[in-house]
Amino acid sequence: MDDENISDDQSTEIMDVANTSDNQPTEKMDSTTVNEQMTVNNKDYKEYEDEMDTSDEEDIRNTVGNIPMNWYDEYSHIGYDWDGAKIVKPERGDQLDNFMEKMENPDFWRTVRDLQTGQDVVLSDKDVELIQRIESSKIPDSTYEEYGPWIEWFTSEVMDMPIRNGADHKRSFIASRSEASRVERYARLIRAGLLKTREQKRREREKKRQRSFFMMWSTDDAEDENMRRITDHIPAPKRNLPSHAESYNPPPEFLFNDREMRIWNKQEETPWKRKLHYVPQKYDSLRQVPAYPKFIKERFTRCLDLYLCPRARKMRLTIEPEDLLPKLPSPKDLQPFPTIQSLVYNGHTDMVRCISIDPLGQYLLSGSDDMTVKIWEISTARCMKTIPVGGIVRGVEWNPNKALSMIAVIADRKLLIINPGIGDHLVVSKTDSILSTPPIQTSIVSDKIKAIVQWDDPTTEEYENGIRIVLNHFKELKQVTWHGRGDYCATVMPDGANRSVLIHQMSTRRSQLPFAKSKGLVQSVLFHPIRPFLFVATQKNIRIYDLVKQELFKKLMSYAKWISSMAIHPGGDNLIVGTYDRKMLWFDLDLSTKPYKTLRLHSTAIRSVAFHKRYPLFASGSDDRALIVSHGMVYNDLLQNPLVVPLKMLKEHEDLADFGIFGVTFHPTEPWVFSCGADKTIRLFT
Amino acid sequence: MPMQKKKFQSGEGARYVTRRAALNKLQLSLKDFRTLCIIKGIYPREPAHRRRAQKGKSGIQILYLKKDILFLLHEPMIWKLRDLQVHLNRLRRAKGMNQKDLIKRYANTVPRITIDHIVKERYPTFIDALRDMDDALTICCLFATFPKLKSIPTHLIALCRRLTIEFMHVCIAARALRKVFISIKGIYFQVEIKGQAITWVIPHNYPHEPQKKQEVDFYTMSTFADFYSTALGFVNFRLYHNLNLYYPPRLGSYTAEAIEDEMLEENETSDRVAALNLPLLKTAEDVEDPAEAELNLDTFAADGNEEKAEEARKEYEKVRKLKNLFEGLKIFLNREVPREPLVFALRCFGAKVSWDVTTFPEGATFPETDETITHQIVDRPDLEKKFISRYYIQPQWVFDCVNARELLPVEKYFIGTPLPPHLSPFTVEYRTQRYVPPEEKALTDPSVIVNRDQELLDEISDNEIEDIKDGENEPEDENMETDDDIDEFGDEITEEQLAEIKRKKMKVETGTPEIVNKGKLRRENHQMQLLKEKMIQKKYRSLYKSMKSGKIQRQKEIKLLKYKRRIHERTSIEKKRAEIKARRAQAAVA
Repeated sequence: MDDENISDDQSTEIMDVANTSDNQPTEKMDSTTVNEQMTVNNKDYKEYEDEMDTSDEEDIRNTVGNIPMNWYDEYSHIGYDWDGAKIVKPERGDQLDNFMEKMENPDFWRTVRDLQTGQDVVLSDKDVELIQRIESSKIPDSTYEEYGPWIEWFTSEVMDMPIRNGADHKRSFIASRSEASRVERYARLIRAGLLKTREQKRREREKKRQRSFFMMWSTDDAEDENMRRITDHIPAPKRNLPSHAESYNPPPEFLFNDREMRIWNKQEETPWKRKLHYVPQKYDSLRQVPAYPKFIKERFTRCLDLYLCPRARKMRLTIEPEDLLPKLPSPKDLQPFPTIQSLVYNGHTDMVRCISIDPLGQYLLSGSDDMTVKIWEISTARCMKTIPVGGIVRGVEWNPNKALSMIAVIADRKLLIINPGIGDHLVVSKTDSILSTPPIQTSIVSDKIKAIVQWDDPTTEEYENGIRIVLNHFKELKQVTWHGRGDYCATVMPDGANRSVLIHQMSTRRSQLPFAKSKGLVQSVLFHPIRPFLFVATQKNIRIYDLVKQELFKKLMSYAKWISSMAIHPGGDNLIVGTYDRKMLWFDLDLSTKPYKTLRLHSTAIRSVAFHKRYPLFASGSDDRALIVSHGMVYNDLLQNPLVVPLKMLKEHEDLADFGIFGVTFHPTEPWVFSCGADKTIRLFT
Repeated sequence: MPMQKKKFQSGEGARYVTRRAALNKLQLSLKDFRTLCIIKGIYPREPAHRRRAQKGKSGIQILYLKKDILFLLHEPMIWKLRDLQVHLNRLRRAKGMNQKDLIKRYANTVPRITIDHIVKERYPTFIDALRDMDDALTICCLFATFPKLKSIPTHLIALCRRLTIEFMHVCIAARALRKVFISIKGIYFQVEIKGQAITWVIPHNYPHEPQKKQEVDFYTMSTFADFYSTALGFVNFRLYHNLNLYYPPRLGSYTAEAIEDEMLEENETSDRVAALNLPLLKTAEDVEDPAEAELNLDTFAADGNEEKAEEARKEYEKVRKLKNLFEGLKIFLNREVPREPLVFALRCFGAKVSWDVTTFPEGATFPETDETITHQIVDRPDLEKKFISRYYIQPQWVFDCVNARELLPVEKYFIGTPLPPHLSPFTVEYRTQRYVPPEEKALTDPSVIVNRDQELLDEISDNEIEDIKDGENEPEDENMETDDDIDEFGDEITEEQLAEIKRKKMKVETGTPEIVNKGKLRRENHQMQLLKEKMIQKKYRSLYKSMKSGKIQRQKEIKLLKYKRRIHERTSIEKKRAEIKARRAQAAVA
């Protein structure tokens, strides 16, 4: 039976093969390891096996039946014998044993583990051949003749004579009535259009799906007014049309060179920074042009833009940048104005802080950090006189009265009234004679004023140097300015709080304290050229006081951080203010209290500004060493606003410790401008 | 006490809604909302004050006009979308339950959403529709090339193909093509219909590539294609009727059966139509309408604007000539040439075209052996069998001719010769400050020499080249350089040169011309400019700066291109010289 079994099972699975082949050795070789182990466990096993031989049941050698064997994975046995004792699993060696087995046992390669019993089985030669045949997709039976002659059991030829001799039934050649009626019914339905063939149905479906178009617009541009539309439609902008660079055969200059290619590769992460969104390519002929790999992506991005990108109407600028420049007259038409440097006044040993010019325009006065005041002849640049004053000179001013030869000099806390002794002898001697006889004091000077300022006479040495009167102040002075007639002068002590501004009268040798209250850090004061007004510049604002009525006349807003200096137009209606925050403000007093124009001509703080007395010119000097001369025309017509045109930038001073120009002043009659700076020089531009 | 006014209940805050709010209002899913927006042409708006429009919220939200959303609310399509959703749910359920009869029924009765009325709504006039055809044609042309895809219905692809072919046919019939351009992306065509310039691009062969899902969403694209194909169909219909043509197009003789057949072919285009080579059948004979053509000229003349009228007349004449550019030419296309774009470009200007039957089965009207062929377009290095009676030219000739609006000499385009650069015809519409390559200059001004190297080479004839030594060649190049420098830096003259000039002119009695130190003058002008710039009003200052920097940037780009051109020319000259020398040397050895 076993032999039969094997031949039947040859076409079944390998595992079955293993099972069946298992029978052979057990039968033939009783001394296999498998059986030995079994016998060790159970003596009755042989008996049981003998019985098995005769049984017709399925040949399963374990006692648990055909179950998934992994149920027994955790146990040391598989099933039970007749006595209910456990059948212990054959011991499986560790890897070392396995290896030893592999090395020693020549049949190791054909040893298979039977999952059902957990025993090792050695395959016979026949089994091995069978497996090999199956693996190489051959017919498992080696004896089967593949290419043998074909035996036709049932012939395909139609024979002339029927095998059966009986006649066909009448039904077989008379049409069926029921079928006929059915066909008739179908035909009727098809004719009536109630039943459709598959082909008809398909066509119908397609026809339904086919778009049919019609005349939607009867004319080209007639619009249906009643039709609702999207509110305030903004048509999507069209895509940019391609340039030469996109050509398949562009001019050679459009192709990327190595550098551009490098930049392109570098911008891989930030493609929006690229100038082009593609790399220009050159192909020798049309047939070599491949499909553009990003075409679909590009179209999709366009689709996204169309429905997802917020739209807004933007005005497109059609102007050129030049159109934004203000329409100003050409500087050539606004001559004369200083254009070149013509003289340099060398002589001071430290930076020159201030300059002033005598009313006739012959001499130049300068005060410096080297504690001297020098007087120069303008036309020759010769130093006429040097007066030591014993302090850093922060302000010098020539008396505007032509009949007096008098200068005011600020040296630390002293205001010195000096007769330089230069110019017309008569004037000099007359000035001396006036100053030599002090007026009789009619009123008593209050203690308050006495605490601020004392009028002293100079020492003989000082008198020799020309110093006629010394006014000792209680705080450091910063600025001095003369009234137009030359009788009054005002001084500024920024640290003096409410006593920071003082007005001195030369003829009576008296001082006045105009303000009772402090309005801030006073930067500069100025007399109105015609009317009895006093301009007081604090840090941010400018207050105009009426000296006659003794009240505040106007307050000008500068909107600047820190005012440095100011100058007034000889007409008295326009004021320019220089600030440390680089701005120059033009105030039209008739127009508003706000600046009429803000000029940002300098790149650093402005130190000084000045108006010309005759010509429509003003100038500003700043720490960036630039002296900018501008045209500032004021019209008599009240309706016409002043015209401001920057004319010339003069940059001749040298840089010294970040200081540039300290003082700027114009010649009283000629269109000349002087500037003094940190480079110890004074320069004349004509 | 009066009602307190709440913030954002009027003004900009009330005019805009966010997308989330819109979805809530319309009770739609985001996908349906997107479909609706695409088809209805609703788009987000950029508010003047974003903070206010977002009701005080910072960040960037997608904002729609509230009115637009209300407009969507009344759209009947919303209900169709909901019905569709319900239907699909039913179908899905039937599939889940495996109820075959229900599946069949539902599958056959999926509601179809018609969007014809939306086309009319979005384009109230025909001109509006034409204006928007750029995107429509490009999308349809792209879809026409797609293979069968999972995410795109097949009938849509077939419809796109059909409509683009029909549009091309009508362009041929109207001779509307004006400009063409072969770019690396595809072939651009610009037609002029009713005064509207429509530009679209046909991709090069086989543009479809599988796309990443996160990069391209074909569903969105097919929604666009759906709308655009509908619009294009209606545009086609009107264009055909304006030209007295049958729509759908008919070619030659037709029996009733054939028409029936053609009608039933589902959106498919027959090869006969797709061949683009046969004239369309007319419903009636054309009546020439000269009045219409002269219309815009007359309006200018009526305005008394003589110059404009003259210009318009010239342009009109040019276009009239352009329309018959290839009239009388018989052109044969070799099989490696892209057939469709070339047939379109050629037939739009009146050429007769044919091709090898193996490239396209229908429509070829004459064989290659025809002796009357004037031009054969070939795109391969050489051809074995050639006819003497015709020119063998490369396809670029056709495109360059159209852009130049005249028949260009064929010498430069002969088979196997390196082609001249192909220029874009669209740059005319660009801003003024741009780089114009010498080839483009030569188009308008024949005095410009395109290839300086060519000319130089001509000068140096083969006989002379032996005499010229390297040492002599160098100064010539230097001279060229200095010439260029002078051009660029505005004739700057140094003191020494000045003295030199003076010394040279000692003998001349007529007096010396006034020599201005241009460098100084320029410096002064620059200073003046700086001062003037400082006088710009504060509100324009940043604008001025950006404009100026943009201008400088463009100038730099132009300079760079010029520089690259010069370098290229020089290297090519040197190369050619070396070549000639090598040839000479070889000849001498021999």
